[in-house]
Amino acid sequence: MLNYKVVAGPEGYLPPAAASRGVVLPEKGKALVEGYAVPEEEAMLTVVKKLLNAENPVFFPGPLLLWDWKEGIREKAKEVKELTEVLGARIIPMPDYRPKYPMINPEIEINPNHPNLTIWHNNIDVCVFIGVHCHYANVALKIIRGGTSCYTIALCAEMGHEDAMISLREVGLGKIKALKEIAIKVKKEGQE
Amino acid sequence: MVKRIFKMCPEFEDVMPEEYKQLVEDGPYGREKGVTDLGSFKELIEEHPLCAGCGLALSLRLIIASIPVPEDTIIVGSTGCSSLLFPQVAIQNIHSIFGNQNAVATGLKRAMKLRFPDKTKDVVVIAGDGATADIGLGMVMQSWFRREHITTIMLDNEAYANTGGQESGMSYEKKVLNMAPTGKKFPKICLPEVAREAGCDYVATVSPGKPKRVQNAVRQAVLTAREVGPSYIQIYSPCPTNYKFKSNQTNAVAKEREKEGTYRMVEYVSDKARDYFKQFKGEEKHAKCN
Repeated sequence: MLNYKVVAGPEGYLPPAAASRGVVLPEKGKALVEGYAVPEEEAMLTVVKKLLNAENPVFFPGPLLLWDWKEGIREKAKEVKELTEVLGARIIPMPDYRPKYPMINPEIEINPNHPNLTIWHNNIDVCVFIGVHCHYANVALKIIRGGTSCYTIALCAEMGHEDAMISLREVGLGKIKALKEIAIKVKKEGQE
Repeated sequence: MVKRIFKMCPEFEDVMPEEYKQLVEDGPYGREKGVTDLGSFKELIEEHPLCAGCGLALSLRLIIASIPVPEDTIIVGSTGCSSLLFPQVAIQNIHSIFGNQNAVATGLKRAMKLRFPDKTKDVVVIAGDGATADIGLGMVMQSWFRREHITTIMLDNEAYANTGGQESGMSYEKKVLNMAPTGKKFPKICLPEVAREAGCDYVATVSPGKPKRVQNAVRQAVLTAREVGPSYIQIYSPCPTNYKFKSNQTNAVAKEREKEGTYRMVEYVSDKARDYFKQFKGEEKHAKCN
């Protein structure tokens, strides 16, 4: 029986992997919100509201999205850029995963080996992972949950991430466009 | 290799850190570069953490500038001072567990051959003296015995430098180091001769004091590994921190050691390799092939 909620930290040094507490990845058509599977549309609306209500929302695009390495990536990059503009979110890139020494510049980049530095430095309250390879997203999401109070959202192209507070699965061009439409709609409703 | 991987999505160009833009614009891929071109392209990202005057950093820059086809080369590194620098190297590289580098390189070379049967992929091991001559000697020698087509380059700073200065097998006899206060009790390992006897077709010792020689050695070693058999280069990379000399004296120290004969510069070329080189006589860029 699941009773573990994946909520913003700081949960402390070495937080448990959500999977070890019974959180399982969502089935098709579902998404994870704080450890619980919910219908995808509901999760998408929550994502949009979280970002629109955030003080400093930031997207962290990873190498799979930053580099033009295969057909279709540029279209996806364009949509993500437009989505950030609609949501009023900043972009801080994760260009690669090297454990850069002596240190990264947390003002302009994020590194999966110490993502907390970028979160702390920029006072980020809600962040979005997109285009980050699974294993590095898992590591970074756990570190963020362990040491910061940042609310994490993973827009995953595969099956999702248990350690994000909200995780959508199989996010391609269509779902990014859908998120943008929801964001435009929610913003319009807020103005009326 | 898909060279598109080094092209940014234009939507994110404005947020990408400057160093990545420079790597794309001025990196070593797809260019014919040599040691005399250092400074005119980006072989290393700035702010590497090695000490001022580190011979190893200088050697690594010379190696990168000398590698014949960087876009089709993979470097396998190992633990040590050099592993702190590898994340800043503008050529794809893999870090391996201390001493495992030649075993990892073996698997990589074989996998590359299966994955790209019509293309030559160069696998170059670059590791320190501890990883090559002490901890990883078994792996290194077994790869030579098996005649693996890989190039092994040792950056010889004659100490375990980033753990405080313990003696290594490559420190010379009687040398007193921070963590070897009574002096080393046995002579420096004669690894070039070991390499020759273990089956390396090309063996050379060089130092960054003579950059052109480093370039020739690297290119001949890579060429040998492609077509003939294993090759080994030992680059004397003086360590100002543990050997207590001023950081602007690195090249002078290297030259002085060579001059006084305390660091022997040798070159062993097998008959097979020599015959192979003959066909390239007069062709300056022979190692460029493919």
